[in-house]
Amino acid sequence: MITLGDYLIVSGILFAIGFAGVMLRRNLIVILMSLELMLNAANLSLVAFSRFRVGADGLPDYRAQVFVFFVIAVAAAEVAVGLALLVALYRARQTTDVKDISSLRF
Amino acid sequence: MNSLLPWLILLAPLFSAVMITLFTLRWKTLSGSISIAAVVVSFICSWSIFAHSATAAVEFVWIDIAPIFRVPLGLTLDPLSKTMALLVSGVGALIHIYSLGYMRDDQGKSRYFAALSLFMFAMLGIVFANNFVMLFIFWELVGFTSYVLIGHWFFRDAAAGAANKAFITTRIGDFGFMTGILMIWTTTGSVVFAEVAPRMPMFGGHATFVTIVALLIFCGAVGKSAQFPLHVWLPDAMEGPTPVSALIHAATMVAAGVYMLVRVAFIIQASQTALLVVAWIGTITAVMAALIATQQDDIKRILAYSTLSQLGYMVMAVGLASNDAAMFHLFTHAFFKALLFLAAGSVIVMLHHEQNIWRMGGLSRTLPITFVTFLVGALALIGCPPFSGFFSKDAILALAYERNTAIFAVALFTAFLTAFYVIRMLVIVFFGHPRSKSAHESRESPLVMTVPLIVLAVLATLGGFAFFARNFLVLPAQKLEGMMVPALATMVLIAGTGLAIALYRDRTSEPVDVEVLRHKLYFDELYAWLVRWTQELLARASAFVDRWIVDAGAVGGSSRTTWGIGAGLRLIQVGNLQAYAFLFGLGVVALIYFAVIR
Repeated sequence: MITLGDYLIVSGILFAIGFAGVMLRRNLIVILMSLELMLNAANLSLVAFSRFRVGADGLPDYRAQVFVFFVIAVAAAEVAVGLALLVALYRARQTTDVKDISSLRF
Repeated sequence: MNSLLPWLILLAPLFSAVMITLFTLRWKTLSGSISIAAVVVSFICSWSIFAHSATAAVEFVWIDIAPIFRVPLGLTLDPLSKTMALLVSGVGALIHIYSLGYMRDDQGKSRYFAALSLFMFAMLGIVFANNFVMLFIFWELVGFTSYVLIGHWFFRDAAAGAANKAFITTRIGDFGFMTGILMIWTTTGSVVFAEVAPRMPMFGGHATFVTIVALLIFCGAVGKSAQFPLHVWLPDAMEGPTPVSALIHAATMVAAGVYMLVRVAFIIQASQTALLVVAWIGTITAVMAALIATQQDDIKRILAYSTLSQLGYMVMAVGLASNDAAMFHLFTHAFFKALLFLAAGSVIVMLHHEQNIWRMGGLSRTLPITFVTFLVGALALIGCPPFSGFFSKDAILALAYERNTAIFAVALFTAFLTAFYVIRMLVIVFFGHPRSKSAHESRESPLVMTVPLIVLAVLATLGGFAFFARNFLVLPAQKLEGMMVPALATMVLIAGTGLAIALYRDRTSEPVDVEVLRHKLYFDELYAWLVRWTQELLARASAFVDRWIVDAGAVGGSSRTTWGIGAGLRLIQVGNLQAYAFLFGLGVVALIYFAVIR
């Protein structure tokens, strides 16, 4: 049987991969994609909890799945804004490499 | 009846000083006239109050924090203050007139008269003050005007230095004085003389406390009247113009110390120890100054040391618990010492500002009026009958003979020395042959200078006789010892005079040379050493604290700490997006740790 724990482990690994991507990749688009990955890892764990936590009447707790919808919607909005920022940045600096955005160093 | 007339005595010179300073500095003769008019007004008003003995002055209240601290501005009008006011304004008026002649060619004449008027205001304030605070204010003001007048020729280093020395030395005495006043106030709750006197029993039986208070009050007199050990400023104060020396450093300001002691005698006489200390300090000053005077060559310095010596006599009399004798001697001394200084000034100016006695000589022929008046003053000073000095000095000697034989012996020796150095000065300056060109060509002084001399000479002659002095002072009670003391005094007088004439007749240079006395007993060197050591140390300690603790420690420390913290925090601002993301992640982990596991 596949238990809740397995899903949570997968979710955690996905989150870690996403976080590593945010920290280590240089291309801004890839960073955005890793960000999405982190969000989806959270979604996965939410759905897992919904599926395995069965209520008193034998039905799963659907509130978590509703929450997933919210998260997806927010992620979409965030990506829209993020990509818009990226386009603006490319127009200003002609680069999407994160190393070149360091004007705020001391 | 209360009146404002006594206030006029005080305010006329003040008004004159203000007018001159603000308006008439450019017109020198006008300034002189305003100043003289003011002092004459003071003198006339003093006579008026003296004649009508029922006047009392209106009193104003200045500070009133009842019941803790109340300082009125009032004038005491008792026989003592009325006589003193007459003396101060009278001698002051004569000296003002004399100054017109002496300062004839001086550029700073207006400034001089303004300062002189301010001095008259302050001195009369001391005479009339009815409480300690008012006395102290005028005391300090007198010290300030003395500073201004000594340093009248401020472009001369010696004068500027002397002015500083006078002010600072008297300030030391004033510090003790102020402490004494505070102690009296805390014990009796009042600063007004009339209120403190009946409250003396509030000191209780604490003899040491009373002695300390009395000695602290005496400190003020030690400074102002140039007693040992604060005597060093008076000889140097001769750098000022001679009329200033006559007025301030002979007749009035230095007498203020003695006057104050007489005024607050109820405090000094409350302690036998204090009386003894006072008497001995007076005696030591008298003999020390007389010894030094025998070896001085500057005519004004000799007179300065003679003033020190006579002030010592007055303080001695106070210490022997006879205010009457002290005031009598103050009275006669004012006349003959002012006379001597003015006559010396006449000599100096007629010899084109020559002050060394070894460059004078034979002046009895060329300056006859000056010579006669100087002679009168000199004979009064050495206590030769029938001049005034004889009566007053004799009173003090008789007192000493009755009450303290050791002091009497020293005082008698001092009288011998006084006769010696005065006749020495007389012989060298006025007799013999002229020793310099200016002495040879001198002529008599103008009338504006000789008339005050003559007036003072008459006063110096008559001042001692009972029929004259009785109207002004309480004369000391007649001595019981008969002719013993006057006989001894006359003997030492003749001995001193004879020795001086024998040694100094027909000399062209100093035959006797006593190094120690010539160098004024090395007091100046001692004080300079003392000041250098204490002040050096204090300055070094302060510099250390300022440089290392304040500058490096507090200021530098706080700035460097802030900079260091800033440098540390700055490292977080790397400008690298991913580093920020990493820090976010760290923060989240920490949160989870603290929220879930702790």
